[in-house]
Amino acid sequence: MGVSRILVANRGEIAQRIFRTAHEMGMGTVAVYSEADRGLPFVREAEQAVCIGPAPASESYLRVEAILAAARATGADAVHPGFGFLAENADFARACEAAGLTFIGPSADAIARMGSKREAKRLAEAAGVPVIPGYAGDDQSTEALSRAALTIGFPVLIKASAGGGGKGMRVALAEAELSHAIEGAKREAASAFGDDSLLIERYISAPRHVEIQILADTHGNLVHLLERECSIQRRHQKVIEEAPSVALDAALRARMGEAALAVAKSVSYTSAGTVEFILDEQKNFYFLEVNTRLQVEHPVTEAITGVDIVREQIRIALGERLELTQGELVPRGAAIECRLYAEDPGQGFLPTTGRLCDFWLPEQPGLRVDSGVEAGTEVSIHYDPMLAKIITWGADREEARRRLVRVLSAASVHGVVTNLDFLRQVLEHEAFIAGRLSTGFIAEHFPAPAPSALPEGGLEELACAALACDFEARRAERALLPGLTPGFRNNPSAPQRTSYQHQGATLMVSYRAESARRLTITVGERTFGFEVLSWRPPELSYEVTTEGAPTGGGAQTGGSAPVRRSAPIRRSARVVRDGERWFVSSPLGGVTLTELPRFPEQQAQVEPGAESAPMPGRVVQLLAQVGSSVEVGAPLVVLEAMKMEHTVRASSSGELTEVRVAVGDQVEGGDVLVVVRPSE
Amino acid sequence: MQSAQGYPVLPSRVSSRDEEHQKNREANLESLAQVEVALAKARAGGGPKYTERHVAAGKLLPRERVELLLDRDSHFLELCALAGHDISGHTTGASSISGVGVVSGVECLVSASDATVKGGAVNEYGVLKSQRLGEIAAQNRLPAINLVESAGADLPNQHKIFVPGGRGFRELTRRSKERVPTVCLVFGSSTAGGAYIPGMSDYTVMVKRQAQVYLAGPPLVKMATGEDADHEELGGAEMHSKVSGVSDYLAEDERDALRIGREIIAHLGWKKLGPAPASSFEAPRYDAEELLGIASADLRVPFDPREVIARVVDGSRFSEFKPSYGSTLVTGWASVHGYPVGILANHGVLFSDSANKGAQFIQLCNQTDTPLLFLQNISGFMVGKRYEQEGIIKNGAKLINAVSNSTVPAVTIMTGMSYGAGNYAMCGRAYEPRFLFSWPNHRIAVMGGKQLAGVLDIIQRGAAAKRGTEVDEQHLEMMKKMLELQIESESSPLFASAHLWDDGVIDPRHTREVVAISLSAAHSARVEGTTSWGVFRH
Repeated sequence: MGVSRILVANRGEIAQRIFRTAHEMGMGTVAVYSEADRGLPFVREAEQAVCIGPAPASESYLRVEAILAAARATGADAVHPGFGFLAENADFARACEAAGLTFIGPSADAIARMGSKREAKRLAEAAGVPVIPGYAGDDQSTEALSRAALTIGFPVLIKASAGGGGKGMRVALAEAELSHAIEGAKREAASAFGDDSLLIERYISAPRHVEIQILADTHGNLVHLLERECSIQRRHQKVIEEAPSVALDAALRARMGEAALAVAKSVSYTSAGTVEFILDEQKNFYFLEVNTRLQVEHPVTEAITGVDIVREQIRIALGERLELTQGELVPRGAAIECRLYAEDPGQGFLPTTGRLCDFWLPEQPGLRVDSGVEAGTEVSIHYDPMLAKIITWGADREEARRRLVRVLSAASVHGVVTNLDFLRQVLEHEAFIAGRLSTGFIAEHFPAPAPSALPEGGLEELACAALACDFEARRAERALLPGLTPGFRNNPSAPQRTSYQHQGATLMVSYRAESARRLTITVGERTFGFEVLSWRPPELSYEVTTEGAPTGGGAQTGGSAPVRRSAPIRRSARVVRDGERWFVSSPLGGVTLTELPRFPEQQAQVEPGAESAPMPGRVVQLLAQVGSSVEVGAPLVVLEAMKMEHTVRASSSGELTEVRVAVGDQVEGGDVLVVVRPSE
Repeated sequence: MQSAQGYPVLPSRVSSRDEEHQKNREANLESLAQVEVALAKARAGGGPKYTERHVAAGKLLPRERVELLLDRDSHFLELCALAGHDISGHTTGASSISGVGVVSGVECLVSASDATVKGGAVNEYGVLKSQRLGEIAAQNRLPAINLVESAGADLPNQHKIFVPGGRGFRELTRRSKERVPTVCLVFGSSTAGGAYIPGMSDYTVMVKRQAQVYLAGPPLVKMATGEDADHEELGGAEMHSKVSGVSDYLAEDERDALRIGREIIAHLGWKKLGPAPASSFEAPRYDAEELLGIASADLRVPFDPREVIARVVDGSRFSEFKPSYGSTLVTGWASVHGYPVGILANHGVLFSDSANKGAQFIQLCNQTDTPLLFLQNISGFMVGKRYEQEGIIKNGAKLINAVSNSTVPAVTIMTGMSYGAGNYAMCGRAYEPRFLFSWPNHRIAVMGGKQLAGVLDIIQRGAAAKRGTEVDEQHLEMMKKMLELQIESESSPLFASAHLWDDGVIDPRHTREVVAISLSAAHSARVEGTTSWGVFRH
């Protein structure tokens, strides 16, 4: 059965990832997209694209019929589900087969069986793969529970069946603590959930999440592509993954690989899949679940094995044989992936939305970026907030890590709050560097993530960069005497001024042009000599000197006190403007500065329905009472002003709801006299 | 369009290590320091006490208002900053800040009254200054923006200003007739006669709770009619914006007024009527810094004006006219920031041939609508039997005739001496150059102090001889010294600028910028030469 055109039933970076391999293999591609995604790069990259509905996934990416119709309309003969959406939906796999389309993934049967966690666990146990020992029996007596605990082996975790949020949860390290812990957990469970039934399982301290990538063809050949460690998680979602894991040696790798293949064999698995394990501190591993799809983090495996997993998926779906042998699959170097999310680490990693004003990553050997966004992309509430996966490969883990840190440090991602800074902080944490990872890593080391601090004077220098670009932009537009030194004064009194808002604080900036490209800029207390070397938006290259305060207390300027000037430093920055917002990224860090307007908007505040005095005067007569209904133009109040009587009339029809003045009152111009609530 | 790109580059013989150069530089820096002291006085306004009071009232200082009004990073050429300087009873700057600046992309004549100086009251130097500014606006077709906050006429000195002061209102409306608008932003008091500034402007903006515009304030009204009235009723911004219509826009605050002012200029759709400058041009080949060493501190020592030209014009390129004839007047073509100019620069005393050459050159520039740049350093016309017989008077008259009747814009820079009829022939103040600026080494008088003292000596000795008495040598020496000192001080650039004989004393190093701004402003009006002249006596 041949395949010539693949439809990807997915969006964003994964769709692009699959298109890339499909194009390499000489296959045609079809994208399906929602109305919200019309402008995204993946839609453009496909050879054909079909809109399958409005933004909500339930009305687009999850609509099987629409996807099949799109395949028919475009002549696609295969479907790749990507991950998420319909990727682990057995019905979808079946519907594709029924429509005569090759489903690039495991069989519907394997998806269905592995989709049930209970069934998967049973199959794993049957295949001799360790699972986390536990007890969930009906006999809830303390005796029965204690017996179960002894069988499981200490330490044990006792938790409420109905539980969540840590309530009714106890850890018992030894038999002596057991009955006390069971009683306590019961009481707490009863009061919190009205149900005191408990579960007991082996307590795993500092667990690591380690998973094995497998590939199986339809001819009974299976290999595993080594492991990935995905312990760095927040909100039970992976954020940083790497391969290989520092916790595995060759022997353990082989044992875990064997275990993964055993699980796969038990369901006659085909295509690519991932068998997830928990690894404890004693290097015991326990089966967790099987993901019957391509994983988000597959690039780290590709990086260290050189295997294109999507290509293998397609080949397997075409009925071809695996050409890989287990013996040749050894890790080459190390790779780390981080997931760049539109989320706010300072707000419990809640998703954020908005328009990406800039999305740029520097060049770096060993870098792979799988991204579905670009500058201008609108990040909406409708889909997963992942913007990109940034992967670096290195000869060893430390090189891969340094490369990734360098990329993140220079990256310019602005307009939407992201975890960029946070990812860098994790990668630079000494526990991460040492490879001391566990799924509790973020909770332990970053209980309250904060944005990275800029170096001393960094904020001020970045403000200079924004100012210099603004200055350059104005200079380029200047029609009158464009060659004149900007801001020329024959009797200089005040420098040019502007100000920026940064994280609630105002930065006062004043500057003077010494020549067309040389500025003396003072930001707050700091003075910089700033020379623009080149400005090709958004790339700014500059040379900066900092001036130390003149020594001595003399307030004299231009006096004899020498100004200490640092040696010039050459740097580059990326400066992007979006209205009044300036995004500056440089090796010093990144900031968002909001330029404050020279002329703040002035709007006289007008309450709805308010009739106000047109000028100062004295109230001499009130012509309507509260509650009365008035017609437009009806006289309401008579004012005496400038020795003249002036009648204030209703500007709309409605009910008079308020009278704020009394006869004899002196009022100012603009004072509200009465309020009319407009009718209807 | 004429192009200066192909003109030859002037050579320079200046060496900054030269002893003469060093001496000049030091002396000029010293003079500049004195100018800076005077300018600092202008910037200080009414001094710390009054400026602090002004700021404490929540108001922007006049210079802050001007800075906010101007386009960011645009130029501002302040004019007559030293008016009234060192004159008893007056303050430096005559209580206003004025100049050519860019507002919403339009070159305007901006003038802000300084309420920290005697409440912004106008004295006779204030009147002279505002008349000069009115002239600049009219001649160069520059929209005017007045930032008003003034107590009005300086009443104790009303006799010096009342009668001539009326001209300002007439000129304002005459400019309006010529479609050169005036925008008035009222920040404070603008009363009595002053009320006609907003009253006669094309556009008027008043700041809420600050502007007070009335013919007579509460006390005067009470006295005149017995009526009780408060300031707001009589002339508040709200009243004028909502009732009387004297104000066209009600500004919420000062910044709002400046914003509205910028908006008004933006909607004028202003188009300059002069030709556009060349879009590309070179910077001078030589360092403007060296002008300080070139300009003679001792004016008896001549200097080659080509060295100045080389540091002012584009690419130091100069196409000299009649280089071998009348060599004491250097004439030729060049451009400054892309604006073509015909330059007349003194290189010694004016003879018949140099005067004739100048007259012809001015006629040629008028034929091609080329603006003129005068670099004055002139001790006068040559005297003596031979020169009188050659007709130095009629030949000088030709030059004065040409200067007087020329209609292309002219800019004059006083680079040294300006004595006698040379001042006239080289487009001195009375000959209405569009702009006139002085270097700090400049001296201006009917003749030099030493020369005058010498004349006195001859006359005294002659009188004594007639009487048959001995000259009291000691007394004569003292008289000569005193006269020399008086003439010296009355011919200094600070004295000249204080009396509005120029539009300002500039740093020689800024000459190129100042000329460029002046030419650009002059091109707001049509640039058109004439072919009609007075009768030339040949």
